Amino acid sequence: MPEPQSSGSSRSAGPASRGSGRGRLAAWAASHARCLLESLGRLHRRWVASLLTVLVIGIALALPAGLYVLVKNLDTLASSWHQSVRISLYLKQDVSADSGQRLADDLAGENGISSTQFISADEGLRQFKQASSFGAALDALGSNPLPGVIEVTPKASLPPAAVGQLVDQLSKRRQVDHAALDQAWLRRLTAILALISRASWVIGALLSAAVLFIVGNTIRLDIENRRQEIEVMKLLGAGDAFIRRPFLYSGVWYGLLGAIVAIMVLVACYMALGGPLSTLTASYQGGLSLTGLSLRESAGLLAIGIALGWAGCAITVNRQLAAIEPR
Amino acid sequence: MTDIVAFDNVVKRYPGGKLALDRVSLRLARGEMAFLTGHSGAGKSTLMKLIGLIERPTRGRVVINGTDLAKVRRAHIPRYRQRVGLIFQNYNLLYDRTVFDNVALPLVIRGIGHTEIARRVRAALDTVGLLSHEKKFPITLSGGEQQRVGIARAVVNRPHLLLADEPTGNLDPDLSADIMRLFTRLNETGTSIMIATHAIDLVEHMGYRRIALDHGHLEAG
Repeated sequence: MPEPQSSGSSRSAGPASRGSGRGRLAAWAASHARCLLESLGRLHRRWVASLLTVLVIGIALALPAGLYVLVKNLDTLASSWHQSVRISLYLKQDVSADSGQRLADDLAGENGISSTQFISADEGLRQFKQASSFGAALDALGSNPLPGVIEVTPKASLPPAAVGQLVDQLSKRRQVDHAALDQAWLRRLTAILALISRASWVIGALLSAAVLFIVGNTIRLDIENRRQEIEVMKLLGAGDAFIRRPFLYSGVWYGLLGAIVAIMVLVACYMALGGPLSTLTASYQGGLSLTGLSLRESAGLLAIGIALGWAGCAITVNRQLAAIEPR
Repeated sequence: MTDIVAFDNVVKRYPGGKLALDRVSLRLARGEMAFLTGHSGAGKSTLMKLIGLIERPTRGRVVINGTDLAKVRRAHIPRYRQRVGLIFQNYNLLYDRTVFDNVALPLVIRGIGHTEIARRVRAALDTVGLLSHEKKFPITLSGGEQQRVGIARAVVNRPHLLLADEPTGNLDPDLSADIMRLFTRLNETGTSIMIATHAIDLVEHMGYRRIALDHGHLEAG
């Protein structure tokens, strides 16, 4: 009965609460932890609305993250295709099979070249006859129209630009009529990849802004619904930081759960596409495999989700709370 | 400084021109309990709002427990309010929390450790006779019980001053008398209390000072 009294001079509270700095810190940490769980509980109580918000955030995050994974996979694919590039050296008609073979052997030892293979004019004709239905027409020609060819495989480590230089160099050789490299499609692929990569950043930025607005709006409605509670807390002497805290934690939960949904969406896509894609890539040499998000990238996505949720909340909550004053 | 409340020539004019308080000067001594009476619109609520720093005076000086409220900047209002226990006509409880959590709120706001909170909340609930109801939700309680939760919440922080604005406004006479007896008991333990009420018949025989307001003017003090 005599407990809650005010005898003018404010008595100090128990030693557990204000006495030591450590006690205060523990109480502060406990109140944060409690707040974190309470805001999760609040999300759970209105789980349909929360789920919808989280799903929207999840899809918004999954789109740019999915593009990122796509670019990553296409990059590996492109570089493995790049490794299978070959340069064809068409020799002049007057170069004999022997000197052609010699040139091929010489080139094999040169810088930037992995291997060479000489195909004589006769051998070329034989292969062509086998592979096409022009056999009879070619017989009618009498003499062999095909030149000797050297197939040059550049070193795998050679970047595309250096391959281009190599082609120029080789085409200047005395015996070489012209050098051909069907690299145009590879350049286009690289350009397309750069475009998709850039697009994924642009889409990522736009959808991040969308996440900010989604979280901000959700929190705004949340604050509006709890107006009376906020007024009461202000009357009881709650500061802005105290009132803001549960809302910021709600934002963090929205972002985190949204990022988890995004990861689940990506895993689902991975599983749906993985089978057919591996059949496709198996048809190319070198058995390419589809890679999903790595552990580190998943953690990054979670961090981005949390940061967006927090920021989306922070930009609305101050303005909203300042507008609520007890009357 | 013996007065817990001191008003000096306080004028409050609301935007729009309505004069709510006109040169009001009054004192409440430390440990005193007084009733603030008057018809509705007489300025009782305005006077309470000035003490709670919900409104600022147009002119004049309000000093609470030695603090000149004009010098309390906006950022320091929360800390100031922690030392004033407010009790409302409509209780202002949070209905999604238990009785315990409602009473604990002022202590949670101040960042007090949970063992200390539990001790103080139980003591406050014991004072208002609701110790066995701590796990219930306010909606399951009667009006009188809800107001006692509100009082427990106001005293749990050991405030310098208890302010009650029409605390029995929503209660029938028997329950109102109960609540008034509770205030008397709290006052006997040394708490300064100011109670705004228009239930004059309820308080006139209680023997406490009555501060009467009429159209913003002080009638007797």
